[in-house]
Amino acid sequence: MAQTDRRDAPGLPDFSLLKRLARDQLIYLLEQLPGKKDLFIDADLMSPLDRIANVTTLKQHEVDKLYKVELKPVVSVSDQLCFLIRPRIQTVKWIADVVKSDKAVGRFRRYKIIFTPQKFYACETVLEEQGVYGDVTSDEWEFYLLPLDDDIISLELPEFFRDNFLEGDQRWVTTAGSALRLLHFLFGPFSKVYGIGRCAKMVYESWREQVEDGEKKAQNPDIGNVFLIDRDVDFVTPLCSQVVYEGLVDDIFRIKCGSVEFGPDVTSTDKSLKVMLNSQDKVHVGETQRKKEIWWEKQRKKKRCGMDIKQMKAFVAEELKGLKQEHRLLSLHIGACESIMKKKTKQDFQELLKTEHSLLEGFEIRECITYIEEHINRQVSMIESLRLLCLLSLTENGESYGIEHLLSFANLRQIGLLVEQQPGETLTVMESKVGKLVNDKTAGKLTDAFSSLAKKSNFRALSKRLMLIPKTGEEYDLRVPRDMAYIFSGAYIPLSCKLIEQVLERDGWTGFEEVTRMLNGHEFAVTGPEDSKYPQRIILVMFLGGCTFSEISALRFLGRERGCKFIVLTTAITNSSRLLESLLDNQG
Amino acid sequence: MTRAKPEDDDWNSSKIHAFTFDDDDDEFTKLKESKRAVSSILVDDDDDDDDDDDDDVEKVSWSGEPVGSISWSVKETASSIRSGGEHGFPKINTAPSLPKQGSGYSLSSLFKASTRVYAPELRKPKSECKDYFSDWSPEETVKRMRKGKVYSLERFRSLQDKLLLLDEAVSAHDGNVITAVLIYLKKSLSKEIFFQELMVREIALRHYVHYLKEMEEQKTLVELMKLPFSQDDAIHVQDHYTLLERQIIIEATDKKGEAEIFKKFPRKASILNMPIITTLYYSCFYHYGESEGTFSSPANIRSTFRISEKQYILTALGARAKLKSWFDVDSLFNTKNWLGYTKKRSPIGFHRVVDILQKNNAPVQVLKDYVSLIDDAELKLSLAQKYKCHDIVIEMYRDLKDRQQLIVYQGKVERGSHEDRKIDQLLGNMQIRWKN
Repeated sequence: MAQTDRRDAPGLPDFSLLKRLARDQLIYLLEQLPGKKDLFIDADLMSPLDRIANVTTLKQHEVDKLYKVELKPVVSVSDQLCFLIRPRIQTVKWIADVVKSDKAVGRFRRYKIIFTPQKFYACETVLEEQGVYGDVTSDEWEFYLLPLDDDIISLELPEFFRDNFLEGDQRWVTTAGSALRLLHFLFGPFSKVYGIGRCAKMVYESWREQVEDGEKKAQNPDIGNVFLIDRDVDFVTPLCSQVVYEGLVDDIFRIKCGSVEFGPDVTSTDKSLKVMLNSQDKVHVGETQRKKEIWWEKQRKKKRCGMDIKQMKAFVAEELKGLKQEHRLLSLHIGACESIMKKKTKQDFQELLKTEHSLLEGFEIRECITYIEEHINRQVSMIESLRLLCLLSLTENGESYGIEHLLSFANLRQIGLLVEQQPGETLTVMESKVGKLVNDKTAGKLTDAFSSLAKKSNFRALSKRLMLIPKTGEEYDLRVPRDMAYIFSGAYIPLSCKLIEQVLERDGWTGFEEVTRMLNGHEFAVTGPEDSKYPQRIILVMFLGGCTFSEISALRFLGRERGCKFIVLTTAITNSSRLLESLLDNQG
Repeated sequence: MTRAKPEDDDWNSSKIHAFTFDDDDDEFTKLKESKRAVSSILVDDDDDDDDDDDDDVEKVSWSGEPVGSISWSVKETASSIRSGGEHGFPKINTAPSLPKQGSGYSLSSLFKASTRVYAPELRKPKSECKDYFSDWSPEETVKRMRKGKVYSLERFRSLQDKLLLLDEAVSAHDGNVITAVLIYLKKSLSKEIFFQELMVREIALRHYVHYLKEMEEQKTLVELMKLPFSQDDAIHVQDHYTLLERQIIIEATDKKGEAEIFKKFPRKASILNMPIITTLYYSCFYHYGESEGTFSSPANIRSTFRISEKQYILTALGARAKLKSWFDVDSLFNTKNWLGYTKKRSPIGFHRVVDILQKNNAPVQVLKDYVSLIDDAELKLSLAQKYKCHDIVIEMYRDLKDRQQLIVYQGKVERGSHEDRKIDQLLGNMQIRWKN
């Protein structure tokens, strides 16, 4: 949520243009199939589409009925079927089946596939192999960027993380490059590009080549600097429990495309309600948000479990008097807080945070291990246990033990979340090899096991060198946060954001060799054609593989401190659950 | 002819050997590229085709260094990196850094993607782009594919051409194109040759595996996975199949659900594809006590899959506790010491045992046996109190000679109960030297 700015802070470009462009292109594509048609939409695209073109707009362009893509026979009776999908082989196979079953009963229809943001050759091959290539028309809807807030843009590609970092599939590299190209075209040209990570390098190259081949336009640039960062440069941050408000809400309720659905237990009615969580949400303007955050922090820090709802309501009633008209929204948020408290108290949130902070600090590790063991034993939440194990492994440079659940460890090892212990290190190593506990549904997952994994996590050393753990001498006053650690209650400055801060300060990586070595290299800093007019103080940060609300909050803080503005471009919003779920491969 | 420098030891610089599996095969690929690059510079009328018959002749660059040597390609890379200027943003070296060989999980030879070794001045200006698809080189073809333009792969018929095309696609970092090329190769090459080439190209292999997963071509995947990548992988694959085999056998019999236990506790799901530990749990639940000879017995599963004692006890405990077979639980912890006496021991702390038992609603009678085995006094006391194992609490306070606490605790027990009287007795005992 955008907060009160310094008066000299630069203004952000208007990204609503992106929505208009996407909308216009979609309408154009729909009109390529004139006449009434039924539209089938990929489940993942429903929320983003909602923000671009609503049902009314679609109906205005002769869309009759709307269906969600489900892998079963269609019941539509329309003569024209239009499919708006992500380029997934499974989906295309299903479409081919639809066409084939129509053919089998002698039914003639027109079929149009709109791939977004682009089509893949493998999809075309499926159509060809299934003998329906000539029966369908296909198009690409170049919908790359969805603004979630004034300063957040998402590619809405959660699969980016899994495909790129887990499967080693580089299919989305060009997509990311195209997204950058679009921003460059509309709001550039960019002047400097910094980055770190294998994927970041590839995306940079892709973008660079696309720009070279494309039209050049001189323009007053709105964005000056760009920073590309791979998710796997910093796994620790997304694994930490979030305590900033949106982070908490995301962790508990799952924010989708900038809005969240609150169930009846929160709304105190029998209905669910969808609420937008961004600066358009009037509740979160300036002071209110800060006060709520601070108050929330204070309450959490108190040793008593279970907050006093009366106190909370009193606070809201008294201190936020000026917002009577937003009362309804406020009570929704209170309802959310109540719900959060119920869940978090049950899980003994404070004990959990204490353990996390100890892990980050490298303090009282034995106690942490005991806590994690008990957590696993109590079977509270498998994902939580896994999260803690990963955190332990990453911060302690090694493998932990005591895992008795269904876990796809091959995947975890693959991307370095659980690193093999070298003999002779201080932690006790599991007797049976981790691999024994792995179950792979298909033999194919075993391929993950042979990846060339040996990325040692150097978190402890990095943490010391970059001073990510603030000294616990003085009491950390959350009311007057002095550094980015405030987003984790003063315990930890996110590594990713710290890197960004430092590189921007130094205008590159010189003098930072020690750090880049610990991060396994792949850093770069390049300058384009010099232009003194470029807006140095507007920086686009692109997270490849996802970004958390905590990191967004940290960057917003950094921006306020330095009098600059960060625009966060991410392949998707992520958190620990999403990260781990993509590893556990819960999808069929 | 310059002698090979020490760091070029990996190279047989006197002769460029033919491709063998044991060598670092990626260097062959790099060499091919370098050769192609150099031949297009040095020889005027050179075709794009590879000259295999030139293998025996050592080629040197114009600087006198052997072609393909590390120092030569480093120079080339250096000259291909430009800084900003009228050309816009510069290229950066996108070659992946060498992954370290720490774990056992690694391909026998890792693919190091070759860097672009063309010197910038050799890039053909755009105006000279060829229009006939029969003349499109791998580089041009890949470029066209990336932009979604018309392309044709049929001209790449020789194995060398196909591999060049594949390597070109890989160095372009576009997964979409890489997969498209792989689909073509799959169709136009025998499985053996195709797999052979994939084994030494890690990035291409990953893309292919992902493609197979999405296409649900399990059979091909399995065949690919049977290839020997490393010892650990082989074991891992073997384990997986053995487990699946077992599960199929167990599933076949259990599905009928004839035994008593299946009627009392009907199965919620099939055992197929469940993890090892879940399978063990299932076995401890439904097939406890069967002889080690049968496939479905816990003992058999334990030994076949080399399950640790700790893991085994934890799992068996969970299963037997759920069935409230306290006797079985008891036997789990019995060992004979060297004198032949039975004593209780546990590789997991007894506090954990208590925890699990309590979760399965074990009666206090059972719980207290295990609470009493807890080593740590503080923990023992707190758990005893939590689970109302009065006798233990009383005894501990007696041992601690803590009269005050005993009095306090008396308030918690039922008036007139056996515990109550016991405490009275102790409090009245003159011989105990209370500390308070």
